[in-house]
Amino acid sequence: MASLIEAQGVHVRFGDRVVLEAIDLEVAEGELHGIMGPNGAGKTTFFNVLTGRVKPSRGRIRLGGEDLTGLAPHQIARKGVARSFQIMTLFDEFTARDNVMTALPAFRTRGFDMRHAVAGDRALAEEADALLAEVGLAHRSAVAAKQLPYGERRALEIAVALAQRPRVLCLDEPTSGLGSDGKQRLLELVRRIRARLTIVAIEHEMDFLFSLADRISVIHWGQVVARGTPRELQANEWVRRSNLGRFA
Amino acid sequence: MNEARLVTPAMVALWLVLASVPLWVERAGLHEYLGVEILIWSIFALAFNLLLGTAGLISFGHGAYFGVGAYALGLAQFNLSGNLWICLGTAILAAGLAGVLVGLFISHRRGIYYAFMTIAFGQIFWTVAIKAYRITGGEDGLLKIARPPADFGFAAFDLGDNVALYYFVLAVFAVVVVALWRLVHSPFGRVLAAIRQSETRAAHLGYPVWRYKLAAFIISAAVSGLAGALFAMAQRSAFPDVMAVNQSGLIVMMTLVGGGLVSFWGPVIGVVLFLVSRDVIGALTFSWMLYFGLVFMAVVLFKPEGIAGLAQDWMKRWRR
Repeated sequence: MASLIEAQGVHVRFGDRVVLEAIDLEVAEGELHGIMGPNGAGKTTFFNVLTGRVKPSRGRIRLGGEDLTGLAPHQIARKGVARSFQIMTLFDEFTARDNVMTALPAFRTRGFDMRHAVAGDRALAEEADALLAEVGLAHRSAVAAKQLPYGERRALEIAVALAQRPRVLCLDEPTSGLGSDGKQRLLELVRRIRARLTIVAIEHEMDFLFSLADRISVIHWGQVVARGTPRELQANEWVRRSNLGRFA
Repeated sequence: MNEARLVTPAMVALWLVLASVPLWVERAGLHEYLGVEILIWSIFALAFNLLLGTAGLISFGHGAYFGVGAYALGLAQFNLSGNLWICLGTAILAAGLAGVLVGLFISHRRGIYYAFMTIAFGQIFWTVAIKAYRITGGEDGLLKIARPPADFGFAAFDLGDNVALYYFVLAVFAVVVVALWRLVHSPFGRVLAAIRQSETRAAHLGYPVWRYKLAAFIISAAVSGLAGALFAMAQRSAFPDVMAVNQSGLIVMMTLVGGGLVSFWGPVIGVVLFLVSRDVIGALTFSWMLYFGLVFMAVVLFKPEGIAGLAQDWMKRWRR
């Protein structure tokens, strides 16, 4: 499969602290690529580089051959990279429908429209409702995001990301804070959407990651220390010897 | 649904009440000029609240744009044309340009840095107004600003009388209310509200956040300039004190007390409360600001959503 994302020699330092050191990582089109590693390994920093929040000191990030290095987050989002956050970030005062609607490209292209009321636009509302139905939140469309339970907020975050019609969906610890029921529902949701998307997921929940991922990269000390299919990683000597081996 | 409407029942009710003010205001022991002031400051407060209430951006130097509008009207009248529309247009343009200038510097900032930058720029405008004596008249201000007639082509209305000026300002207020109501409920207003809740999330949805912040600042400054121009007409002069930091603080206070954070009408409520308190309590004691300050402290401590927030709570309880 052709690579959709190519990270080459990505290096990030904050002051005198090296956070990422020459990360090379490729994600194929249509793949679900897992990223694992201990806390502080640099996984979220890699996501931040990929989505424009952090500019790398060296190295390049390409999406479908197009160089994204140094672009602002909104420019990268417009090229088709959507993300969720480790600490959930929604528009809490908006209803679930308004959260999704605001993420739709059709809405974004009208962002500077000051002459028409949003409330009168049925097409946008229907598109948003369809996405909410897809993640199991059809009945919650009129509820403010801040009033939704945690699991539903996670599902809403994914609906918001899907609304962007992305080529790549980056999920940063999507199971964080979820109970076993919530994890199971999320697992089913990700299984449903993975057929039409490339997904990169940082995850500490190894059962979740190993049951979903096509390939996994292990980041430690700011470097990719192991990579391969879940089966290959289970046999990887470094992973077996490390603390991560107990999960694999 | 009210959000989809250009003109809502609440607007019509408010305009009817305001249209009746000259009929009873003097019998209530107040002066009709107070009505003019309330409308002008309401326009200013609504413009200010586009930043604070909608976009979540706090400006502590907004008096600068009010002042730029006031001076621009006077200077346009003295040097360009006596036509009311040209003078008002110049004031809006001048304040909007000041907004562009400042907005370009501050729109990449957020939080306390954004707020401090607005104070710094506000102080620059205030200092220029005092020091550029040949242009602004310094601390003496610009005097003898006329009230040109409102010429609509088919008819012209003399605005020399306070009641005539009141109805003219009421018409401008109505236009500003409709325009800002639509703007706040448009996709642009929705994006500003999204930015207020999370700049980070808005950016990762593909919105160039700083451009939206810049646009909001320019519009807010331009409408504030319109209010300043009407104020210069009302008091037939323009002085630097409206650009001072304490004057900028007043608009923050009025907007917060009224409930601008939770309601479109909050700033208007705050302006009415402030100016009526000034005239009513001010007639009894010089220290009326102390009492208004106590109200402000009570709001901050016990009901940060202001009077409009209190009214919304009562409405919810009443509906149950």
